[in-house]
Amino acid sequence: MRSIISVNNLTKTYAGGFTALKDVSLEIRDGEIFGLLGPNGAGKTTLINIICGIVNPGDGSITVNGHDTIKDYRAARSLIGLVPQELTTDAFETVWHTVNFTRGLFGKASNPGHIEKLLKDLSLWDKKDERLMTLSGGMKRRVLIAKALSHEPQILFLDEPTAGVDVELRKDMWAVVHELRDAGVTIILTTHYIEEAEQMADRIGVINQGEIILVEEKTELMRKLGIKQLALELQGRMTKLPAALKTHKLELAEDGMTLIYTYDTRAERTGITALLNDLGKAGIKFRDIHTTQSSLEDIFVNLVKRAS
Amino acid sequence: MKWRAVGAIYAFEMARTRRTLTQSIVAPVISTVLYFVVFGAAIGSRITEVEGVSYGSFIVPGLIMLSVLTQSIANASFGIYFPRFTGTIYEILSAPISFFEIVLGYVGAAATKSIILGSIILATAGFIVPLEIAHPFWMALFLVLTAITFSLLGFIIGIWADGFEKLQIVPLLIVTPLTFLGGSFYSISMLPPLWQTVSYFNPVVYLISGFRWSFYELADVSLGVSLGMIAFFLALCLSLIWWIFKTGYRLKS
Ligand SMILES: Nc1ncnc2c1ncn2[C@@H]1O[C@H](COP(=O)(O)OP(=O)(O)OP(=O)(O)O)[C@@H](O)[C@H]1O
Ligand SMILES: [Mg+2]
Repeated sequence: MRSIISVNNLTKTYAGGFTALKDVSLEIRDGEIFGLLGPNGAGKTTLINIICGIVNPGDGSITVNGHDTIKDYRAARSLIGLVPQELTTDAFETVWHTVNFTRGLFGKASNPGHIEKLLKDLSLWDKKDERLMTLSGGMKRRVLIAKALSHEPQILFLDEPTAGVDVELRKDMWAVVHELRDAGVTIILTTHYIEEAEQMADRIGVINQGEIILVEEKTELMRKLGIKQLALELQGRMTKLPAALKTHKLELAEDGMTLIYTYDTRAERTGITALLNDLGKAGIKFRDIHTTQSSLEDIFVNLVKRAS
Repeated sequence: MKWRAVGAIYAFEMARTRRTLTQSIVAPVISTVLYFVVFGAAIGSRITEVEGVSYGSFIVPGLIMLSVLTQSIANASFGIYFPRFTGTIYEILSAPISFFEIVLGYVGAAATKSIILGSIILATAGFIVPLEIAHPFWMALFLVLTAITFSLLGFIIGIWADGFEKLQIVPLLIVTPLTFLGGSFYSISMLPPLWQTVSYFNPVVYLISGFRWSFYELADVSLGVSLGMIAFFLALCLSLIWWIFKTGYRLKS
């Protein structure tokens, strides 16, 4: 697939001497939803802000749809919409004005129909004449999304869009995101809610202490790094693991009704066949068997631990 | 040139003026009227004429300049400082617009306000004292150039300031004193020789002198020098702004 954003060997050191990004290279593919995960202070916002022109880049280069973000900043920036992490709004402006203002800033002719649809999609239409200071935090977040989409960008950055947002808004927001993806818009989102990346993203990048430590298809990532657990529900209570089964990595659940076998899907042999054989020999009967895969969250925590 | 983007910033800033009409227009008009009462009536009763012009009329150009200078700086500095303070500046920085366009939007709006304000004060003064404008074209040119130059200065202050105090400090400690000592209310020739010399180091003297000349053909310095000085300040402010945007000073970390 064609890449729409290329970050090449980007290093950023802030004025205080802190290096927030270390030799970051990243390709974002046209039309994908890319989830950027990382703990607090990892450099997610710094990366986004440099791509968008809010923070000066250090070494390295970035192109957006082939346009250099410095030399050809007009072409590059006009493709991008940004929903910043911080809720920053012009307190005294009305919703309608502020959204139209952004469209104007991006040099687009006014299009009330488009803005109206946006506000309706984000359940903001009945608030359109309200001043921003009278809106709740979640409503302001919606306004920021509407502003970012006001100029019909090809690329949308969502920097922690769901921080402090209720279930209802999340649903609205993901509906909008899906609609945008269907229309071919590339979406880059950062989030601390890993389920969200798991649900939404096509690919996932993990950044830690300014370094990209992994970029992977989400499904591939889950498959590759996934640790699976096989749960065997017993017919009768077991108080102690039989000696015959000691060679297997087995655990007995506290209630004594389930045996849990943990295995690595990447391993050549998972050891399941041998386990089942031994269980049969030991005469252990079970009611049900099921497997669970570790969540992205587990993977993420593991990765970050390993890196540091 | 993206006129739509410039227009968006300009319109945004003008809308802010409309919301704060009292602060932006009414307050300066009231204080000008007060100056007339205090200076015109109190001092005017002692000094009846300056070089053939009644004292009340004589101070009009200086009063206009006083308001235009302070308001240009106040409007432009606040206009750019506020988005930096609230964080909404992200939007300006991430928009596909050049620094020149950003300056044009903010400074254009601030200068427009000052010019409107200057005209209102001029009209107000016309009701109080007899006025004549010998060279309307030059008068307008001085007004416009001063408004632009000091709006640029305000813009620079708004970017330099990292707190509301700093925003106030330059106008309060530098610009206002220079304006008062720049011959708003007197002719430099009325001062003792030493203070005359000192005055020539005050840039505001040249602005007020040129502006007053366009009214009454009375000047402390020649017209060419006045024009030269204002062109010099304009160039100075422009190069400072060029440097700010080139380095991202206080705008981009
Ligand atoms: N303007 C700045 N000057 C100096 N250091 C900064 C600046 N902005 C960010 N940093 C530092 O750079 C690092 C990365 O910050 P950044 O905001 O990019 O993290 P993040 O991944 O977005 O974190 P979070 O999940 O908390 O939003 C942090 O250590 C932060 O303190
Ligand atoms: Mg962040």
